[in-house]
Amino acid sequence: MGLFFFYYLAGVIILTALLVVALRNPIYSVLSLLIMFFHVAGLYVTLHAEFLAAVQVIVYAGAILVLYLFVVMLLNVKREDRYHPQLPIGAFLGLVIVTEVLLLAFQRRESDVPPMPPPGSVAQVVGNTETIGDVLYTTYLFPFEVASLILLVAMIGAIVLAKRDLFEQQ
Amino acid sequence: MVEVGVKLALSLTQIAVVMGVVLLTVMFLTLAERKVLGWMQDRMGPMEVGPYGILQPVADGLKLFFKEDIVPAGANKFLFSMAPLLALVPALIGFAVIPFGPDLTVEVFGVQFKPFVISDINVGILYILAFTSIGAYGIILGGWASNSKYSLLGGLRSAAQVISYELNVGLAIVGVLLLAGSLSLVKITEAQTGWFWNWFIIAPPFPQIFAFVVYVISAVAETNRLPFDLPEAESELVAGFFTEYSGMRFAFFFLAEYANMILVSCIAAALFLGGWNAPAPFLQFHGSLAHLLWLSATIWFAVKVYFFLFLFFWLRATLPRLRYDQLMRFGWKVMLPIALGNILITAIAAYLFPRS
Repeated sequence: MGLFFFYYLAGVIILTALLVVALRNPIYSVLSLLIMFFHVAGLYVTLHAEFLAAVQVIVYAGAILVLYLFVVMLLNVKREDRYHPQLPIGAFLGLVIVTEVLLLAFQRRESDVPPMPPPGSVAQVVGNTETIGDVLYTTYLFPFEVASLILLVAMIGAIVLAKRDLFEQQ
Repeated sequence: MVEVGVKLALSLTQIAVVMGVVLLTVMFLTLAERKVLGWMQDRMGPMEVGPYGILQPVADGLKLFFKEDIVPAGANKFLFSMAPLLALVPALIGFAVIPFGPDLTVEVFGVQFKPFVISDINVGILYILAFTSIGAYGIILGGWASNSKYSLLGGLRSAAQVISYELNVGLAIVGVLLLAGSLSLVKITEAQTGWFWNWFIIAPPFPQIFAFVVYVISAVAETNRLPFDLPEAESELVAGFFTEYSGMRFAFFFLAEYANMILVSCIAAALFLGGWNAPAPFLQFHGSLAHLLWLSATIWFAVKVYFFLFLFFWLRATLPRLRYDQLMRFGWKVMLPIALGNILITAIAAYLFPRS
């Protein structure tokens, strides 16, 4: 049953991810991205990470993607403006990722795979959300703070861009 | 195998009952709103259909059902038909985690069954937030797919408004979550049992009254109700994002708006006003009548929800619409700082004076 769900979710994720770049209408691209986000959230649910699933939908589907849609509709970009000669860069990045996948696939040995914790262990006893909070503020405190700093930088950058006319006047 | 069947049957019955109650409430609300508005403006409201106009919702429903379904020329047909569904489904799906009554467990054919909550998942409130945020797609896509300037403007306004105020809703809730120590609506409601001073709106160590005010205002804005109905401002945009809709598709948007109103009222009641708890323990059935606890509990819950629904009508009757820049400034420069400050102070208070 679990395997069936995994293959269904994984299949839809790959399909919709391809459609995002393949579809001509940007609105449809955004919508297939929405379907993809939902299936990624479904993948988290099958892994008993309900908190992550909910946050995935709230942050990506509920906020970021709405902004994408907003921009796509507002700009109403003409077709010729939408496509840039980015094939060489895309091919290069794709090659890197494919190499990585192949290397990982061939290097993988059964002994390297960490054993899956049995269901009903840590996360289910204390609760999924508490576990994430605990881990974020102890084990992964430093990466967590770095991530917040990066977000802060992005935020300041956005404000500077939006207020550019203000700086230029002076 | 039998167990799975029984479970499925029970869940489906529960879902059918909850959806039935919600849709009946929507029907009732359409009448109640016009009656309340009428009384506040010193008129009678609908009086023609049935005695005292009480059959008006039936007449409205029949009318919408038999109206011609028009798709405007140049509209994107697929998205035009998808949008009402995308608006309605998220509004109804949130009711799955609302506790309508006490957390009882009954055994039916050897299956544990909670009659008053469809599914008590441990991230209940996040689940609701996730799906209400999806509701914005219905509005935006409906506005875009209609191929009309008014609709598009309404859709875009709505996108900006929903995102801004969703943030405030989420942040206002955090204070309650800090005090309750759980994301499950059942557990949050249980943390408020006893007297009314245990309700999170006035509960020690730090009353969530500010969060409550922020939540209520943002909830009104998020459901696109007056005085925040910019996306469908009829004096500027005809009817905003659903200008081009007719018949049942229009009815879906309408249902979604009212279902959303009920949903945010349910959340407000469960988070801030103690859910199904009575203001004082002796106001519930107790002692020899303890087996009827569920009855008084659901009535208390309904009373609180209807209080909020009345508040929606009250605001509509008394306040003029905000200007768009006022709306944005209010959301980001007034509500957001209050909500953030509330989180900070609540966190400190909860750390210094932990609840039990």
